[in-house]
Amino acid sequence: MATRAKGGRAAPARPAGTFDPETPGSAAALLTREQKLELYYWMRLTRTLEERLVALYRQTKVVGGLFRSLGQEADAVGSCYALEQRDVMSPLIRNLGAMLVKGATPVEVLKQYMAKGDSPTRGRELNIHFGDIGEAGETRGFLGQISPLGDMVPVMAGVTLSFRMRGEDRVGLVYVGDGATSTGAFHEGINFAAVQRCPLVVVIENNGYAYSTPTSRQTLAKRFVDKAAGYGIPGEQADGNDVLATYDVTKRAVARARRGGGVSLIELMTYRRKGHAEHDNQSYVPAGEIERWAAENDPLDRYVRRLTTEMAVEATELAAIDARVTQEVDEATDVAEASAFPEALDALTGVYAEPPAASPLWFREGGRGGVTASERATDGWGVYKPDAKTESRVSQEDA
Amino acid sequence: MAEVTYLEAIREALFEEMERDANVFCLGEDIGAYGGAFKVTEGLLAKYGEQRVIDTPISETAIVGAAAGAAHMGMRPVVEMQFIDFIANAYDMLTNYVATARYRAFLPCPMVVRGPSGGYVRGGPFHSQNPEAGFVHTPGLKVVYPSTAEDAKGLLKAAIRDEDCVLFFEHKYLYRRIKGTMPAGDHVVPIGKARVAREGSDLSIITYAATVWKALEAAEQLEKEDGLSVEVLDLRTLAPLDDDAIVATVKKTNRVLIVHEDTRTGGIAGEITARINEMAFEWLDAPVLRVTAHDIPLPYAPALEDFVLPQTADVVLAARRLADY
Repeated sequence: MATRAKGGRAAPARPAGTFDPETPGSAAALLTREQKLELYYWMRLTRTLEERLVALYRQTKVVGGLFRSLGQEADAVGSCYALEQRDVMSPLIRNLGAMLVKGATPVEVLKQYMAKGDSPTRGRELNIHFGDIGEAGETRGFLGQISPLGDMVPVMAGVTLSFRMRGEDRVGLVYVGDGATSTGAFHEGINFAAVQRCPLVVVIENNGYAYSTPTSRQTLAKRFVDKAAGYGIPGEQADGNDVLATYDVTKRAVARARRGGGVSLIELMTYRRKGHAEHDNQSYVPAGEIERWAAENDPLDRYVRRLTTEMAVEATELAAIDARVTQEVDEATDVAEASAFPEALDALTGVYAEPPAASPLWFREGGRGGVTASERATDGWGVYKPDAKTESRVSQEDA
Repeated sequence: MAEVTYLEAIREALFEEMERDANVFCLGEDIGAYGGAFKVTEGLLAKYGEQRVIDTPISETAIVGAAAGAAHMGMRPVVEMQFIDFIANAYDMLTNYVATARYRAFLPCPMVVRGPSGGYVRGGPFHSQNPEAGFVHTPGLKVVYPSTAEDAKGLLKAAIRDEDCVLFFEHKYLYRRIKGTMPAGDHVVPIGKARVAREGSDLSIITYAATVWKALEAAEQLEKEDGLSVEVLDLRTLAPLDDDAIVATVKKTNRVLIVHEDTRTGGIAGEITARINEMAFEWLDAPVLRVTAHDIPLPYAPALEDFVLPQTADVVLAARRLADY
């Protein structure tokens, strides 16, 4: 549904194969066979890399939580594939696929999760919270998110405001989840960007849940995309598990932004098949729901069927891509595992440009002190038990 | 040179920095056509146009967030909070996003958030606040709070040129009451350096912003009535604190009174006291005393506001107690 289309008046006839931001399907129709296979590659890489991360998580090599995008690969990959390198994208936690499309590498992601010293954030931030933005052509154009939801919408309003102010031919894309639409930052950011006519695409990935909270408890609106009308901007909803549909709807919104059409809102309908993070047992999900999505609406299965039945792609071609992906992830894993953890004193550098580093507090001067082996042990330091003598004295006093 | 008010000094800094660097731009509520609630930005729109003087929706989170995004891309945004009280609406964006950007992501975030602060103006609970302490507590932010017109201009220019985010508190009581003579040329005052506002040898008053003037009045009175020589140290920058200047005045007078308009508990006076304990305890001849606002939301009625806020007589009383210790 392109709300910009003039009601009641038939769109002028266009020759087949002509791209038009207001004509659904006109962007995907121009994808080459090679590009379609590339989309498959990015989706497969996303899934295989996450499966590798699960293995490393179970080996306790992933230091923090692990966030999956199982079943959402098409929405991340297809939408980000609509951007050019000079454009800037800000992902959310389930947009590993978008990060990879924009140039993040498996080895960077693995090092991030494993808190390595030569990870993109040198061990300061977790998982896919990292970025690479700056001058067009010199950077890959993705901006690391922070955990408070919705905050990246105002920030991307500012990034795209700078494009507009400098007359740069660049567009921004920011992902939010269904839950983030309830934040003040989402509202303020999208409204600010709309009023300022920033070249920004806002993608709502509606995967049904924000942690354990279903969308029915986030909003009474029937569709998130209906919020577009409230901001005076075009909005369009698409099947988030159809990679060509997510590409098409985003490509058209990006083109609109590039032509000075300002902000567009996109809602991609998908489903979160894993919990908020690996620890989440999804006890709040109705029985059978996950299994039904897995069996009937897996984005990779669907795309493989289309490629092989409609686009004459041979199974052997896909198997070759799968093998290439596995090899890349294997190699990246070896490199990441061999990497060292950061040096502790690096923790004190780079809060400000000046001074470049803070001094250690006196009780840590010269590398003195710090955590002991017993504090690091699995039963940790939160289980202090007074020795028997102290215990008996206390109980005598109590008595 | 002609004298200019504290407010005009801030405006001069904005004009000069926008002229110097095309990446500097201003954004905030009612700052363009109207010239700002206090007219600080008056004339900017006419000279620099809507591209660089942006009237925004009432959205402090979006204003600060957008400034951060633009700053990442090489711009130098200067945000106006219509009243600094509303910075609370951008607290998340400033503390979680802006303050951490360089550390967690190596992202430059050179931006200024400035706005009218402080009481003594019958502004009531939401137009009188001094919320600096919460930001001084946040690694990654710098906090500046000038008391003179010269410092207002010089520090704002330094803030706009700084590579990190600087919160620039302007005392609205001083806007049109305080005047100064601007040094010729490119007048920049370095961030992080305190200023001895009055030399003295018997005791030191460490303070900043409007209460610098209360302290100076008190010092005058103490000299006349008690023969006391009072040093007044104007901090000017609250983050980073000028430890050297604090220690120097402690070593000089051995008696310290800290005065601030902010509320008492968790206020900066506590932090300064702790630093003096750590760095110069053996130089003290008396415990460090504090004169601050009461821990009360600031009330509207003159009788109430005047009671809650620190006044010159309070400073005199505390200084006498300190001298007699």
